[in-house]
Amino acid sequence: MAAHLSSGRVNLTALREAGRRELREFLDKCAGSKAIVWDEYLTGPFGLIAQYSLLKEHEVEKMFTLKPGRLPAADVKNIIFFVRPKLELMDIITDNVLREDRGRSPQRDFHILFVPRRSLLCEQWLKEQGVLGSFIHREQYSLDLIPFDGDLLSMESESAFKECYLESDQTSLYHAAKGLMTLQALYGTIPQIFGKGDCARHVANMMIRMKREFPGSQNSIFPVFDTLLLLDRNVDLLTPLATQLTYEGLIDEIYGIQNTYVKLPPEKFAPKKQGEGGKDLPTEPKKLQLNSAEELYAEIRDKNFNAVGSVLSKKAKIISAAFEERHHAKTVGEIKQFVSQLPHMQAARSSLANHTSIAELIKDITTSEDFFDNLTVEQEFMSGIDTDKVNNYIEDCIAQKHPLIKILRLVCLQSVCNSGLKQKVLDHYKREILQTYGYEHILTLNNLEKAGLLKPQTGGRNNYPTIRKTLRLWMDDVNEQNPNDISYVYSGYAPLSVRLAQLLARPGWRSIEEVLKMLPGPHFEERQQLPTGLQKKRQQGENRVTLVFFLGGVTYAEIAALRFLSQMEDGGTEYVIATTKLINGTTWIKSLMEKLEPAPF
Amino acid sequence: MSRARADEEEYWHSSKFRAFTFDDEDDELSQLKESKRAVNSLRDIVDDDDDDLERVSWSGEPVGSISWSIKETASGSTSSLDGRDSSLQKGSSSYAALPKQGSSYSLSSLFKGELCLSLSALTDTGGKNYAPELRRPKAEYKDYSSDWSPKDTVKRMQRGKVCSLERFRSLQDKLVLLDEAVAGHDGNVITAVLIFLKRTLRREILFREVEVRQVALCHLIHFLRETGEQKFLLDLLRFLDRTEEVALSQYREHLNIQDVEKRREFLKGCIGLPFSAEDNSHIQDHYTLLERQIIIEANDRHLEMAGQSELFRKYPRKASILNMPLVTTLFYSCFYHYTEAEGTFSSPSNLKKTFKIPDKQYVLTALAARAKLRAWGDVDALLTTKNWLGYTKKKAPIGFHRVVEILQRNNAPVQVLQEYVRLVEDVETRLNLATKYKCHDVVIETYRDLKDRIQLTAYKCKVERGSAEEEKINSILNN
Repeated sequence: MAAHLSSGRVNLTALREAGRRELREFLDKCAGSKAIVWDEYLTGPFGLIAQYSLLKEHEVEKMFTLKPGRLPAADVKNIIFFVRPKLELMDIITDNVLREDRGRSPQRDFHILFVPRRSLLCEQWLKEQGVLGSFIHREQYSLDLIPFDGDLLSMESESAFKECYLESDQTSLYHAAKGLMTLQALYGTIPQIFGKGDCARHVANMMIRMKREFPGSQNSIFPVFDTLLLLDRNVDLLTPLATQLTYEGLIDEIYGIQNTYVKLPPEKFAPKKQGEGGKDLPTEPKKLQLNSAEELYAEIRDKNFNAVGSVLSKKAKIISAAFEERHHAKTVGEIKQFVSQLPHMQAARSSLANHTSIAELIKDITTSEDFFDNLTVEQEFMSGIDTDKVNNYIEDCIAQKHPLIKILRLVCLQSVCNSGLKQKVLDHYKREILQTYGYEHILTLNNLEKAGLLKPQTGGRNNYPTIRKTLRLWMDDVNEQNPNDISYVYSGYAPLSVRLAQLLARPGWRSIEEVLKMLPGPHFEERQQLPTGLQKKRQQGENRVTLVFFLGGVTYAEIAALRFLSQMEDGGTEYVIATTKLINGTTWIKSLMEKLEPAPF
Repeated sequence: MSRARADEEEYWHSSKFRAFTFDDEDDELSQLKESKRAVNSLRDIVDDDDDDLERVSWSGEPVGSISWSIKETASGSTSSLDGRDSSLQKGSSSYAALPKQGSSYSLSSLFKGELCLSLSALTDTGGKNYAPELRRPKAEYKDYSSDWSPKDTVKRMQRGKVCSLERFRSLQDKLVLLDEAVAGHDGNVITAVLIFLKRTLRREILFREVEVRQVALCHLIHFLRETGEQKFLLDLLRFLDRTEEVALSQYREHLNIQDVEKRREFLKGCIGLPFSAEDNSHIQDHYTLLERQIIIEANDRHLEMAGQSELFRKYPRKASILNMPLVTTLFYSCFYHYTEAEGTFSSPSNLKKTFKIPDKQYVLTALAARAKLRAWGDVDALLTTKNWLGYTKKKAPIGFHRVVEILQRNNAPVQVLQEYVRLVEDVETRLNLATKYKCHDVVIETYRDLKDRIQLTAYKCKVERGSAEEEKINSILNN
């Protein structure tokens, strides 16, 4: 069930197990039968920790989605709300509680489990509504870092970037620090901490402070991680804006991966049974789980999409050859051996069928004219061509009313690649956007400006070319099939964030001091003392393990690039990745947009 | 009277003895809005996900996952669960076999300290709730009697415990408390302290103190925004001289006004707020646009109802024009009011002039609208310019290839299409478009001008036998 978590260098099953334990402890506190009312958003992340069977063992008999109105009539002793601490959710809970039938007997007990933290503000809100006293247990479940894969942890906090960089609310950083303390409690103190950016500095400070204040966290576990690298998302605003070109990245760009699941259009997945051709075409989306437990997916997820086709066809040949083997099986022993391999072969075949279908779906899009045009413009910007004037393609897209998010991604990309746009260019884009999409988007444009994604160039200086050249962000001779550099994940552009991680490992940041100063926020190094017995004596040829924590989100392409570095033969470093949220350009920009009321008709 | 006594006096008289209060009278409305918004957004989420069972079983969502089970148990069909239980059981029992390293820790025990139910100062004693009488755990009493320092208080709050803040009475104590909270970086605690300060300090003092504490200030602004205390927020921003933010924050409010007349009035009030110069012109435009839309809408609804106008009968309006973007409004006006004189509010030329719509944008929109109505004459006129000598010339600020695209999308006949394909300047583009849309004449003429006999000969097989086009090719080849 969670085998993929133990496949990496660090066994993340322990973290999952700790999460399950805490959940059981809470459930047992509410004695008797229970129903859980879920904040819909939480079911995904919780699904990665526990399945229904665990809840059922602890007398959870019913589960509902949180919505206003009267709660369903379930004959249970306890009603438990699993919610994020959000005021709008408190209003729904209030409604639920107030509509509860007072005459029913026996009465049902109410409890709230806040995830990941209790919020005094929410409790105050409930009190205002006069329902706070109705809750017997109000507790928190610190679901800080959720294991997504053998080398990947996420807090799945969708608004972390917005809170940190727009609202200067550092609560998610506090959670990040707490998550890191948990991780250290399980996997040992991390002796070296590097960081770049204001948020990184904050998190490091908090960790050091927490360590001081909770002497109990001084543990005697042999450290698994050698280094922690904290990176602010706003150190590299460019990367998420570009279209990811790895297989997994494209699936996310096009269909959106949520908590390792993706929903796909069903047409290509129609069951091919004889005699039923075209009759019962499914109309609901096909839902698939994507993680490295699936052998084939683990192999192709991080490849450039252009290299996926050849792998799939090679696999197809191997599998059909394997099935052909049955003709050569003569003796009983041979047949027996063939049969014993059948389940594995069947699984491999259906996995291959699925990914062939997905690749076909993606190919339809990547071969479209518009995808090509869009990519061309992105690549021009990233390689520094014509970033200082109004771009024709962007204008055309606005005129044809392409989705606003697409426009904003491109304009922001241009702005970032030019260290800000010339005032005239910026004004022109703004006007076109407001006239075409509505004046109320002035609020969104302001948010983007505050976050530094869209801004006027100050001082007439464009630092991007220097940064690009020094960090070798643009590689002309990219090899998509057999990559020799991380730039393959964007077919030419090497993600800045990952380049920083790479250069830190070798030769060290001292070599790029000048460029680091051009990027926002401080860079720093801290050391955490280890008791003498725990200091590591590295075996010859043993790789170092670095945890890279992206504060404000990370893309699948960046993850792919780090995995590529982990696998390099003479790399010397293996990476585990943590983040506040898995993002792509679209979800990221969306999180910064002003929520507009639906049109009044 | 000692100083402490004085403080105490002041406290007893000033505070209303409530643990926390939002002292805002008119927030009932905003709460309602808040909840409505929440409901709406939730509906999106819920609708987005599949609700019925058949879908789940097919979709490959693992049986036994939480989201699957919500549907399963909610629908009451527990029987179907039992059959699958064996596999679920296996899954959950496997954890016992997992490596034990570290698993004896529970996440919370690392930080929370001892767990105890914190029903305390926050528990409402009013008559509104009907919860069973709750006993306060003994340990909790300790919190109230002992004197926690600001630092300890913050630490306890960070661990999720409820602490009474009432004991911090002097301004200095309160500020130390705030600074401790800020140093802890826990937004939850910072906000809780701010709520306390907001209630117990005079506005000017609170404003003055948060002004020099940036982190606290950000949290206060965020908190006011969340809870919809618009008036308090604007006062704060004004105090801080953050005028542009005041303006934007005020402008944002228009989104909450559904009634168009009221919205228009509100927008009018936004004009002249201290926006940046160029934002101000956008706000002005926003107001003017809505004003126009209201007039147009009233007029057109009347026209449509009366059933006199053939245009409205033939192409009934899909939606009201209210609150639509400018370009959409222009399209609408080019569609329904194309021939009106510039003097009328609903005429395209009036819109163009009022909002200084660039030529390119105007032509593009008008073209799309007229092509949709298949008014090819208008298309022609739109792209025709007269110079001062009276000669006419075809001109397209958007490029003729774009014109062709738009016309083609609206199923323009070949005769119309080829006239504009012919005007595409770039030869290669012209050939491509002409071939793609079967404008034979243009292809033939282009090859003739290029003196490309080979291509021309090759093209012969693409036209119908015995047609005029074939004849044309033959005659060119023979010359």
